[in-house]
Amino acid sequence: MVSVKGKELTLISPDGRRLDGRRPDDIRELKIKAGILENAGGSAYVELGNTKIYAAVYGPREVHPRHLALPNRAVVRCRYHMTPFSVEERKSPAPTRREIELSKVIRESLIPAIVVEQFPFSAIDIFIEVINADGSTRCASIIAASVALASAGIPMKDLVAACSVGKINGVLVLDVTDVEDKNGEVDMSFAMMPNRNEITLLQLDGVLSLEEIERAISMTTKACKEIYEKQKSALKEKYIELRKAVEGGAKT
Amino acid sequence: MPIYVKDWDLVVPGEVLAEGDYVAGPYVYKEGNKLFATAIGIAEIKRGVIRVVPLQGPYIPKVGDVVIGIVVDYLPTAYVLDINSSYKAILQVAEILPPQKNALAEDLSKYLDVGDVVVCKVVRFDKYSDVVVSCKGKELGKIVDGRLIKVSPAKIPRLIGRKGSMINLIKRETGCKMIIGQNGFIWIKGKDQASEVLAEKVIRKIDEEAHISGLTQRIQVMLQSEKRD
Amino acid sequence: MMPKLKRQQIVDLLSSGRRIDGRGLEELRALEIRCRTVKNAEGSAEVRLGKTLAIAGVKTSIGTPFADAPDMGVMIVNAEFLPIASPTFEPGPPDENAIELARVIDRGLRRAEMIDLKQLCIVPGKAVWEVWIDIYALNHDGNLMDASALAAVASILTAEMPKAMVNEKGEVTINKSEKQKLPIKSIPITVTIAKIGDKLVVDPSLDEEEIADAFLTATFVEDNVCAIQKRGEKSLTVNETLRALQIARQKARELLKIVKEVVGSG
Repeated sequence: MVSVKGKELTLISPDGRRLDGRRPDDIRELKIKAGILENAGGSAYVELGNTKIYAAVYGPREVHPRHLALPNRAVVRCRYHMTPFSVEERKSPAPTRREIELSKVIRESLIPAIVVEQFPFSAIDIFIEVINADGSTRCASIIAASVALASAGIPMKDLVAACSVGKINGVLVLDVTDVEDKNGEVDMSFAMMPNRNEITLLQLDGVLSLEEIERAISMTTKACKEIYEKQKSALKEKYIELRKAVEGGAKT
Repeated sequence: MPIYVKDWDLVVPGEVLAEGDYVAGPYVYKEGNKLFATAIGIAEIKRGVIRVVPLQGPYIPKVGDVVIGIVVDYLPTAYVLDINSSYKAILQVAEILPPQKNALAEDLSKYLDVGDVVVCKVVRFDKYSDVVVSCKGKELGKIVDGRLIKVSPAKIPRLIGRKGSMINLIKRETGCKMIIGQNGFIWIKGKDQASEVLAEKVIRKIDEEAHISGLTQRIQVMLQSEKRD
Repeated sequence: MMPKLKRQQIVDLLSSGRRIDGRGLEELRALEIRCRTVKNAEGSAEVRLGKTLAIAGVKTSIGTPFADAPDMGVMIVNAEFLPIASPTFEPGPPDENAIELARVIDRGLRRAEMIDLKQLCIVPGKAVWEVWIDIYALNHDGNLMDASALAAVASILTAEMPKAMVNEKGEVTINKSEKQKLPIKSIPITVTIAKIGDKLVVDPSLDEEEIADAFLTATFVEDNVCAIQKRGEKSLTVNETLRALQIARQKARELLKIVKEVVGSG
């Protein structure tokens, strides 16, 4: 039982149901739309429950200032930012230390998947904007950014999927909401390339035994493979719809 | 040797296309026993080689490419062109100057101004330099009329067609002159606005439907019906 | 960099009364307004004007009033041009264009008295409601000004904020379970006209903005103007200015109707 906003809430019921009715290893409803911002080379909009995120990719493009360019690969830059109205108490628009750290870990979760060697002396810029935050924003950001990169046609060894793990009353739960994160015992963020089974993001804040970590990784791995299928559908969506329209028309 | 895709299948990065003795073509890589796609595109299997034809992606300059660029800056004896790539192109003024003139003594903007559009050929591109282009040759040089259309560079092969079949079809049916830049720019000049508008419509349709087989036939049908109206 | 060819094409089309995207000189692009899209915000609205996309969010908090207006609430408008919106927007603090946009929209809202700031007073001199309006550009295809202004207005009209309670000791608490709308006195509508050569066009697209000589942005409340901003490095004649205001007022009437429909139903 936990007191939130003056109400008494049970984060996890005796039969394992969470506040929103989910079971411990259910992730929230995930909606992904690829290519929704016309100017960016690639883009995606993601809704993971109430967490809503835009991601956009520009590049490969010229590096400014030039001395930052690398002679044998692209430079990858990433900015994670939250709008002031995305959270309960308005957040100042200036980047916070948290946003700066998240920009770095998100960048490092995506670079292993990008074939950067194909673009020497160039920059690939990834921009993430959180419109509404309800927990697991860095994971939702990675889901969105991967789709944005692929939709830009930037060659990638695999997409990157991500999922968070929390612990409530000793129970490991997937994809935490803001309430679960703030009132839980542990916050773990995880991202992987699902077809290569390689982990690209791993952060833990809280105490877990080794056995719990192994279990958590097994839960998130399964979730990431399901998330990959959704990312795949989102990328293919507009092509498949057009194909149906064209071939359907041809048949009549 | 299991293969999980067939020709014309839409694939995305990370998708496992096959396992075993296949050879990885462009936009495919092999690790261990598995072949993975690296781009969003169409699968193509030919004689044991699996490749992906991408539907999106940046223009990567290649020596011999015809490109259409826009002048954006000057260097002491060269023009700098934007060729829709992360690399700028350099065009030596000597290419444009009459032989007796001295490049350093001339006002460069007399020949090519910022904002001018030029058709040129990539003559050099390596890791250490910007792209070097030349506009000496047939059908190369400054463009002064017509219209410029931009499409995804990945669709250019489809626009050209096998041995030029698609572009020749469009030229023939619309009566337009066309120059295709590998970097995604296309120049059209028709005898009137209407034929240019039609050519542009056809190009946009190819850009959108490149991933659906039977495109040539649909374009033929479209050209016939538009001409009737 | 716009090729000279394209610049010429736009100008030539305009001289025959047409625009490069097929619109008439006084035609707006397709407009879509969606409200209440951000749960954590007290108010929010996403506006699509052609391919331009902007989002505004309203947040409220309790703060102290300004010394010279002890019985009035506080309204602050902020705008950022996100790097996702255009290859020309760099990350960092707002540049002069974003700041100008925020201040123009602020003036429009303030002079129209859209929000009745007097009604946002809780304890005079001590506690008032602060209303934060944050505007974010998500895709720039021209006329971020009007798209942002519409987003701000729609988010204010549909905002739901908590109620404040003052106990006998004079302490203020927020009651989040009781909601109220913002006190609204009027609905200002902002319209931007671009001057290209001797032509005036409504709702300039990105290409048109790049070659325009000057812009006139006017905010209307009823049939009066409550704010004007001329932008651009060239001048406007008196005639052009008056003509632009006439055209803008007509457009403002059309937009007001649309806003009322959307907000009424949404």
